[in-house]
Amino acid sequence: MAKFNLPVNSRVKKGKHFEAPKEAENVRRYIVYRYNPDLDENPRMDIFDIDMDNCGPMVLDVLIKIKNEIDPSLTFRRSCREGICGSCAMNINGGNSLACTISASSISGDTKIYPLPHMPVVKDLVADLTHFYQQYASIKPWLQSKKEPPEHKERIQSKEEQEKIDEPAACILCACCSTSCPSYWWNSDRYLGPAALLASYRWLVDSRDDAKDERLDEIEDSFRLYRCHTIMNCTNTCPKGLNPAEAIANTKKMLIERHSQ
Amino acid sequence: MSNRARPLSPHLTIYRWPITMILSILHRGTGIVLTLGLLSFSLWLGSIALGEDHYKKFINLSTSWPGSLLLLSLSFAFFLHLSNGIRHLYWDTGRGFNKDNVELSARIVIISTFALTCLFWWWL
Repeated sequence: MAKFNLPVNSRVKKGKHFEAPKEAENVRRYIVYRYNPDLDENPRMDIFDIDMDNCGPMVLDVLIKIKNEIDPSLTFRRSCREGICGSCAMNINGGNSLACTISASSISGDTKIYPLPHMPVVKDLVADLTHFYQQYASIKPWLQSKKEPPEHKERIQSKEEQEKIDEPAACILCACCSTSCPSYWWNSDRYLGPAALLASYRWLVDSRDDAKDERLDEIEDSFRLYRCHTIMNCTNTCPKGLNPAEAIANTKKMLIERHSQ
Repeated sequence: MSNRARPLSPHLTIYRWPITMILSILHRGTGIVLTLGLLSFSLWLGSIALGEDHYKKFINLSTSWPGSLLLLSLSFAFFLHLSNGIRHLYWDTGRGFNKDNVELSARIVIISTFALTCLFWWWL
C-alpha cells in the first residue's frame, strides 16, 4: 500500500546557511539535502549561496565547488562529467536528471537538490541502489542463445535488427526513470520499474536471443510488468532521451500477441 | 555510526508534476468518483420505481444548487475519464508514446473534457 508521507526518521529539517563572499555579485542560492549517518539526526536542507562568477557552468560544478571550498563533507557520486556514466543522477528542481548535464543558468530562482526520490539514503545525495541493480540482474541482461556462434565470426545482425536495439541499449542505468515513477515509489518491492523493463525489452527485440518466451514468462505478472500505468514520468525525465514507457507498451503488446497465437 | 535506519528520500512532495502525471492521477480519481456517482444514478432509478412523489423529490434535490453542482462534477469526471480512456486505448496499440505526442494528447484530453461537459449541459 502506498505511503504518502515520509517516515518519522526521514522528515527533513532546516539546516545551516553558508553565505556567499561579500564581494560576490552574481549569487545563486542552492538548497541541498543533507544526511549524515554518523549523527543521530534527521536529514536537513542546507543553504549555499554561490558566487557564480567563480564557478563552472553545470550543477555538478556547483556541487564540486561546495565540496572543495565550502563544506568538504558534502557527499555525492560523480565520475565522467559528460552524461555517460550516470553516477550524478539526482533530483534537481523537482525533476530527476544528471547534475553534469543540467546547466546552472537554465534554472530560474533557487535550485533545490535532493537525492533520487523514494530511495534509502546512504549519505547526502547518495541513494542506495542495491535493490535497483538486483532488479536489473533479475531480467538476465545477457545474450541467451541456443545456437553455437559461427566459427571465427561474430553473430551477424542486419542493419534493421541492430536499429531495434540501438535505443534501449543506450540506457546508462542512472535510475532517473525508475525513481521518478510513482508506481515504483509505492511498489518497488514487486514492480520492476522502467529501467529494468527497458533492459528486458532490449533483449526481447534482439534477433540473436533465443529466450524470448522464458523472458516473457518471467515478467508476465500483475506487479513486475503491469504496475506500469503509463504515468509517463520515466520518458519525461530520462536524461538520455530514451523511451522506457514505449518499450513497456511494446512488451505488453508482445504478450497479447503471444496469447492470441 | 548511529543505529538509525537509513532515511527515505522525499518523493511526492518534491517532484515537479508534469501534465501527464496530473492526468494519470485524475484518471484514477475520476474513476473512483464515478463509481461513487453510480449511487446517485441508482437513487434516480429507485425514485422512479417508488412512484411520482419520490421522483419529484429526487428532481427537486437534483435541481437545487448543491445537487446541480454534484451532477456537473459527475459529468465532468465522466468526460475526463472517457477522453483519457480513449487515450489509453490508443496507447495500448503501442502508438503515441513520443514525448511530444504524450504532451499533445494530454492537452487534447483536457480541452475535450471541457468542451464535452459544456456541450452536454447546453444540450440539457
